[in-house]
Amino acid sequence: MLGFLIQRLMQAAVVMLAISALVFVGVFAIGNPIDVLISPDVTQQIRLDTIARYGFDRPLWEQYLAFLNRLIHGDFGRSFVFNMPVLNLILSRLPATLELTLAAVLGATLIGVPLGMFAGYRPDGVPSRIIMAVSVLGFALPTFWIGLMLIMVFAVQLGWLPAGGRGETVHILGVEWSFLTLNGLRHLFLPALTLSLFRLALMIRLARAGMREAILSDYVKFARAQGLSEMKVVCGHVLKNISIPIVTVFGLELAATLAFAVVTETIFSWPGLGKLIIDSIQSLDRPVMVAYLVLVAFLFIMINFMVDIAYAALDPRLRAGRA
Amino acid sequence: MSAPLLQVRDLATHFFMREGVAKAVDGVSFELGQGEILGLVGESGSGKSVTGYSLLGLVDPPGRIVAGSIKLNGQELVGLPQAELRRMRGRRMAMVFQDPMTTLNPVLTVATQIKYAIGAHESVSAKAGRARAIDVLTRVGIPDAAARLDDYPHQFSGGMRQRVAIAIALLNRPDMIVADEPTTALDVSIQAQILAEMKSLVRDLGTALIWISHDLAAVSALAGRIMVMYAGRIVEYGPTAAVLRAPRHPYTRGLLDSLPMRAEPGQELAQIPGAPPSLAALPPGCPFHPRCPSADAICQTAPATTASGGRGWRCHHPLLDGAA
Repeated sequence: MLGFLIQRLMQAAVVMLAISALVFVGVFAIGNPIDVLISPDVTQQIRLDTIARYGFDRPLWEQYLAFLNRLIHGDFGRSFVFNMPVLNLILSRLPATLELTLAAVLGATLIGVPLGMFAGYRPDGVPSRIIMAVSVLGFALPTFWIGLMLIMVFAVQLGWLPAGGRGETVHILGVEWSFLTLNGLRHLFLPALTLSLFRLALMIRLARAGMREAILSDYVKFARAQGLSEMKVVCGHVLKNISIPIVTVFGLELAATLAFAVVTETIFSWPGLGKLIIDSIQSLDRPVMVAYLVLVAFLFIMINFMVDIAYAALDPRLRAGRA
Repeated sequence: MSAPLLQVRDLATHFFMREGVAKAVDGVSFELGQGEILGLVGESGSGKSVTGYSLLGLVDPPGRIVAGSIKLNGQELVGLPQAELRRMRGRRMAMVFQDPMTTLNPVLTVATQIKYAIGAHESVSAKAGRARAIDVLTRVGIPDAAARLDDYPHQFSGGMRQRVAIAIALLNRPDMIVADEPTTALDVSIQAQILAEMKSLVRDLGTALIWISHDLAAVSALAGRIMVMYAGRIVEYGPTAAVLRAPRHPYTRGLLDSLPMRAEPGQELAQIPGAPPSLAALPPGCPFHPRCPSADAICQTAPATTASGGRGWRCHHPLLDGAA
């Protein structure tokens, strides 16, 4: 297991290096940020000084090495626009996105998996058909439209829930969380629901497919032949067997939602990372873009890493293969 | 003999499919005494496995028991609510399946699966449960059972897995075990071991055994009585030795002739011509007549069971003393 961990960590380091190069070159290619930094009417001398100060006159590879050097020392640079360290900027926005994403993906999984398992257990019943219809809607409706409709109905027409913002927050460990106050929860509900519908549909489909396959298997029949109750057959035998694809998709969706909740955050003016990255692209705030993309890559790698560890915990056959 | 442990009368299990009704089991009757070993023989698709599932109430939709009666110790099982059937499964009657690779759950340790099986019927302490698991695993011939308890199924060989499955079936000391071709997927040498062990286990525990197989040789080594099944019906039954020595039904004769050990070396094996009929479209009369060497016009009508001296057969043209 330790060997496996070390091997995966080294793989992760290589991937991070490749990502940093790609991101750096990509962002370098999209435009010269110098025009954003200084007003157009400064003297040529000030312009050249500024360019030299940021190192923009150096060759690409030299700039990249300098960037890498700073990165290793934990310095992502300063935002051109906010004029503060990028890391602090991103970390100040991360909790908002984190709690929104976790609420959406976790909620979708905790509700979707039991629903899907039920639909797979009794595929011909009316409740199962209703569940599957909901999942088709979840796949078919675009997220932004769902968000707008939810605002229209629950915020505008009924006035039950707020239309945007984070509401009251509580400071814990130096960061702000909204899910700990009732007001914050009310603000969290609609955007989390919007984000979760597609994931809910996905989880329903996955759990249903797994259940339909597992329920016909010999070990289920054998468990029934021993006199196990259906509850025990499903929760004791089937659930663990079908959880590998569910954990995989959970990890992928968690990372993807974390990185690309942009549309939902914009609709609900949720002050998270998505909004930050859109703003920084518009203002060519290069350090923010680079740091954001590197951070997203890092999150993807970490989540995949944890998913791999979860596999080993769930399926002993995978553990043996690595020993 | 006292009242039989199991009494099956006119059991019929049909599968209702879009293409029609498949009569997998169609009027099967037999009895099983306490501690008796009964062989149930037939080709694939003859309905022998479905007979086994029917006994435990484990027939999956679209199949269901449409008629007949199954009495275990005098208690009627057909029509019993699932909850009560569940309480009887494992404790009064158990089942072992064909493929040991798939009957155990790959992601749970043997200890966990045994724990669930015990927990289905009684609550015992973790320690007592473990002791019982070790005891039963040792009994089925798993060396160093205490150490193997926390292994996963994939860490056992095929023969060992089947032993684990047998151990789980024996766990709650059922009155009767239905073994559905439990040695078919195993090596021949392992088959012989398991057969021998199974025989001594049920003798020691006084458990009755229904051994379902397409392998006449294996059954003859084990069972005191056999039943031959064809197209959902019992076509011949009787004491194993008598049936094998002098089969009355041409189908039994055909099965015996196709055993490799009956052929001279280098000769082609005898075969029963044709294939078993589709259970959804049985030929009229005796379902075996299209493949039968002695069939004639009267075989278009269904033969009744002729019983004599503990034997019985369903044929218009029974063979005399096994002659072809």
